[in-house]
Amino acid sequence: MFAGFMVNTWIVATIVAIVAGVVGFFVVLRGSSFAAHAIPNASFAGAAGANLVGANAVGGLLVFAVAGALGIAFLSKRGRRDVATALAVVLMLALGALFLSFSTEYAAETYSLLFGEVLGISSSELMPTVVLALLAIVAVATCWRLLLLTSVMPELAEARGVHTYRVELVFLLIVAVATSLSVPVVGALLMFSLMIGPPAAARSFTTNPFFAVVLAVSFALATVWAAIAASYTTTWPIGFFVGVLGAAFFLTGRAYAVWRRDRTGAPAARPSAGQSGATEIVARSG
Amino acid sequence: MADLAQGASAGVRPPILELDGIGVWLSGREILDDVKFGVGPGELVGLIGSNGAGKTTIFRVVLGLLAPSSGRVLIDGRPRPRRNRSVGYVPQKIALDPDMPLRSRDLVALGLDGHRLGVPLPSRRRRELVDEMLHAVDATRFADSRVGSLSGGEQQRVMIAHALVSRPELLLLDEPLANLDLRSEQEVVELLARIAKEKGLAVLISAHDLNPLLPVVDRVVYVAHGHVASGTTDEVVTTEVLTRLYGHHVDVIRLHGRILVVAGQGRGADPPLAQELGRLSNPLDDIMAV
Repeated sequence: MFAGFMVNTWIVATIVAIVAGVVGFFVVLRGSSFAAHAIPNASFAGAAGANLVGANAVGGLLVFAVAGALGIAFLSKRGRRDVATALAVVLMLALGALFLSFSTEYAAETYSLLFGEVLGISSSELMPTVVLALLAIVAVATCWRLLLLTSVMPELAEARGVHTYRVELVFLLIVAVATSLSVPVVGALLMFSLMIGPPAAARSFTTNPFFAVVLAVSFALATVWAAIAASYTTTWPIGFFVGVLGAAFFLTGRAYAVWRRDRTGAPAARPSAGQSGATEIVARSG
Repeated sequence: MADLAQGASAGVRPPILELDGIGVWLSGREILDDVKFGVGPGELVGLIGSNGAGKTTIFRVVLGLLAPSSGRVLIDGRPRPRRNRSVGYVPQKIALDPDMPLRSRDLVALGLDGHRLGVPLPSRRRRELVDEMLHAVDATRFADSRVGSLSGGEQQRVMIAHALVSRPELLLLDEPLANLDLRSEQEVVELLARIAKEKGLAVLISAHDLNPLLPVVDRVVYVAHGHVASGTTDEVVTTEVLTRLYGHHVDVIRLHGRILVVAGQGRGADPPLAQELGRLSNPLDDIMAV
């Protein structure tokens, strides 16, 4: 599995894992999992369209992912974000279905776009991946504090003169870029498990946001490397292993969080809001 | 009626926050009408009113999130700029995810430079400033704890440190006592009073119940139906002033150092006091503030 033709796969998968860990941390923090699921699905239509007209697949992915991100941001400006996200993704999938129906080479190409492809990475795909990855990571680093503040307390950020809508737009564009470079490797359907599983697990092991990102990247790397090795030996789709390992990391993290809470007994020992409210009334009427 | 505040509020020093005849119209409805009051340095003012009276609208105007239809907001005697670092703000009901990897000190640090671009470089000055602020609000003990897993009172103190770390002259707190148990409520009130005096800060606290704030407020601004009456507690919280403000008869009852504001049925037709008090245990609609 470390043969010459696999070198590109290892390199690209490593880059994908780093980007997914970094971007995924904020996807989980902002509660944007649905958008992180929708944008890769939308971008699938772009790849199908590019395939149809004979254009570059990553280019098609990027155009549709960006269009999906802008669509979600625009529609959610005046409405509920989940509804806007759903509408944007359904619209894109409808286009994808249309493009696929026009296409002659149906099965193999579609399958690898949806579930990922270990062997199909050529040297010419390397450069765009590196550029997009750098773009995503530099953008996250630049907006690090703004992303934290607007994730944790959006109302307060707004009051301090931060344009929360612009930050959200930039963030969705970062997700779009991360998607475009990851979909060819892990597939549109399972891309998002890499963005959710490892970062969600990392939250349980540290209280420091910076270490949480480092841990998320480490878990994502472990997931992707193990998935490639497993996929190579079993010939099962890589996306299957990414999904299962992502979920396994998440469950381990939850289990650790429960164990830690039981040991310290912290939140359980505190009265709930309802109980303290009742005490208050009793104390006041007395 | 709002003008009876002017005599009392005109201290020696000019106010840090001054609302001058603020009117707000939203979709054809008048939300605020001729709101006038000021908050001076070292002064703690309670903004009191029931839900929907216009307290949050007043905050939104002061924060610059809502442009008033008439009147001016002056901060330090100047019109409020778009990005104002001299206003600290603690919003109501901050729902923090208990699993979020963010420590109390990270949240306070975001108060210092959360609006800036780039990754924060670790600096001794930054750390000292955050530590100092956590100490000032008695939050040193849980400085490195996950902020989402803290109790309501502890989170409130971290939020106050977040608002204070950029050294504002004015601090706004929206219902800081809501959802706190009685002991945390007292601790937060005492903390705010101490900070206002020590740092010479102008503090405006909104609340639906004046009583927890009674020992510490210098003045109150009572809001009802978009109108305000401001002055000392004794000037404002009286049957006469509040009846005029609400537009129908209310009774102000003082009992064991506490103030009860109760909707009455007009002079001469008041039910016996005991009956009124008996009704207080039920959150009935006609009790505007308990």
